[in-house]
Amino acid sequence: MSLLSVENLVVRHGLLQAVRGVSFTIERGETLALVGANGAGKTTLLRAIAGAHQPAAGRVLMDGADLTGVPSHKRVGMGIALVPEGRKLFVQMTVEENLLLGKTAGRPGDWSVDKVLEMFPNLKPRRHARTGHLSGGEQQATAIGRALMSNPDVLLLDEVSLGLSPLIVDRVYAALQGLISSGTTIILVEQDLNRALAVSDRVICMLEGRVALEGSSKTVSRDEVTKAYFGLHRKSSGSVPA
Amino acid sequence: MSNQIIQGILLGGYYALIACGLSFMFSVMRIINLAHGSLAVFAAYALWLLASRFHVSPFVGLLIVLPLMAVIGWTLQRFLLERSARGGALLPILTTFGLAIVIDNLLFEQFGADTRSLAPYIGSLSYDSWEWPGSIYVGKLAVIMFATAVVLLGGLQLFLTHTRLGRSIRATSEDPDTAGLVGVDARCANAIAAAIAMVTVGLAGAFLGMRATFDPYAGAPQLLFAFEAAVIGGAGSLWGTLIGGIVLALAQTLGAQVHPQGFLIGGHAVFLVVLFVRLSTSGLGLRGLLRLPSRSAS
Repeated sequence: MSLLSVENLVVRHGLLQAVRGVSFTIERGETLALVGANGAGKTTLLRAIAGAHQPAAGRVLMDGADLTGVPSHKRVGMGIALVPEGRKLFVQMTVEENLLLGKTAGRPGDWSVDKVLEMFPNLKPRRHARTGHLSGGEQQATAIGRALMSNPDVLLLDEVSLGLSPLIVDRVYAALQGLISSGTTIILVEQDLNRALAVSDRVICMLEGRVALEGSSKTVSRDEVTKAYFGLHRKSSGSVPA
Repeated sequence: MSNQIIQGILLGGYYALIACGLSFMFSVMRIINLAHGSLAVFAAYALWLLASRFHVSPFVGLLIVLPLMAVIGWTLQRFLLERSARGGALLPILTTFGLAIVIDNLLFEQFGADTRSLAPYIGSLSYDSWEWPGSIYVGKLAVIMFATAVVLLGGLQLFLTHTRLGRSIRATSEDPDTAGLVGVDARCANAIAAAIAMVTVGLAGAFLGMRATFDPYAGAPQLLFAFEAAVIGGAGSLWGTLIGGIVLALAQTLGAQVHPQGFLIGGHAVFLVVLFVRLSTSGLGLRGLLRLPSRSAS
């Protein structure tokens, strides 16, 4: 049985339909990359999986259990952790306090403040600094660490490289590589296509709330993904209003 | 003069005590609870009822009244404030204003217009005093109140910074949506915060009844003092609340020194000065404040 499956999920923001009937599954230990243009529905999809948005239709299953109506804080307890877009740290609180908040759900596991600091050594001297005073890279490391503290089965990463310098992005991905090889199941949203294809096993390209392309990251060509990204794969692309 | 200052500081302890719950609820839930004073008077009546009818000392009565206030806080948040907060920032103000009227009139219907006090039930404590060097006499009750305020505010501060529940409450107050995503039950955290706030209101009500008199409509002045102390100290800061209470009380004491009628005026004057200084340093400015309504009207 798949660890997580999404079935015909529809999510609305008022009148706007951000996610329009998306289905996919992810196996334990797999890394899935979600790519797509701004407004394609990637963030909304991740937030719906994490329980921050209630879907208008469809459902999310975790280990076969239907998550419809389960609030976000309970989903953390069931093993879903989201690193939200823009990091969303509690800026009035210290690095250590942010990390400890990740433990609130109380799932058993071996993540601890010390282990997170070992994974991100740049946080060590900032342990008692307020996260509002940190650099972007330090904030992102804290946000990832906070999600890991809940010992998740599935880690959802929403644009972890947003607003970071290339050097810092390399450092964050080096840390993620360790997680991926240790068998953590990950769904990540990434704007850098090369990076997304390099770290993932499978890639889904979204377009206007739908899955435009799904394939193995190793066999899919850049060209195919680019076409799906811009909607060029559709036959009557000339009739699509600009 | 030093006598006035010491008495003012001790009175500040009472104001800090009554402002504590108001400031706490505002900082955590962004709700300005206008029923704050009425709930304190309600607690005072509950203690009075226990003392006059069942001969329970008000200090023992707190063991019954404080848990009751916690339950009231939880219930209010879960069934009234949470719902009204969904309707925008203004609705909780109207809701709690209505609640204050309901409480006041229920108390009036139940207990009548007579003025009550808890002072007869605490023996000599209501008038006993200690002599401090320089032949300054300080009321034992005033010292106990001040110590209670310091312990309560310090305890709350420790609770918020060093316990898991305290961190959850702070996270919820900063960003309830993200708090949910890291595993905090935001509704539960808010309800617990409301329960804690009402326990402090219960304590404030007890001291209100012991140090002075109260009647069913005594809530509004208490709300005003709490509001002024919270604003002077900076709403949301616990130690600031203590400072705010002391500043308010000192201003009142010095106002009374200037003129017998100056007690309340002194407090209001400091409150207004602090308010306008705050506004002008926050970039909005007095001019901006005066211009804003006319612009929105046009």
